[in-house]
Amino acid sequence: MAENQAHSHIAKDIAENDVVLFMKGTPVMPQCGFSATVVRVLNHMGVAFKGVNVLESMEMRQGIKEFSNWPTIPHLYVKGEFVGGCDIVRDMFQSGELETLFKDKGVKAA
Amino acid sequence: MAMDAAEIERMIKVALPDARVTIEDLAGDGDHYAAHIVSAAFKGKSRLQQHQMVYQALKGRMGNELHALALQTSAE
Repeated sequence: MAENQAHSHIAKDIAENDVVLFMKGTPVMPQCGFSATVVRVLNHMGVAFKGVNVLESMEMRQGIKEFSNWPTIPHLYVKGEFVGGCDIVRDMFQSGELETLFKDKGVKAA
Repeated sequence: MAMDAAEIERMIKVALPDARVTIEDLAGDGDHYAAHIVSAAFKGKSRLQQHQMVYQALKGRMGNELHALALQTSAE
């Protein structure tokens, strides 16, 4: 997969899904503590999301970092907007900002 | 591959001269740190932008030599 292919894959995933988590591993089998933390937050909130395993190709793993201008994995996107990585998502969850964000964006949470 | 806390602090202060930086070594392996950074430069910036400013200060080391840096940023 060439680099620009990775970018178009990413753009497509973001455009076609309300909530996308670019992560290491899969939602069922996260392969990194930080990715697992965000999966737990989203599951706890009952928010449906698409998990994209960036470990499947080096171009994807590098491409997402350039695409978001963010050096670590995971990356959470909500309605096409980059929200942040593990720290930011956890902080927003604890402060209630994440719930507000989902409400504002019309994303269904349990 | 690792970084020591003093090096992380030095790089952050080069980019954010007024920054007050406290760093905690989470695992003792030079790879997992938590940092609390206070700088007026963060004023008016979103949390995401504040963290991106810190990553830029670390000039590509974040996600490479430095595997994990739990960040807390504030303007004052």
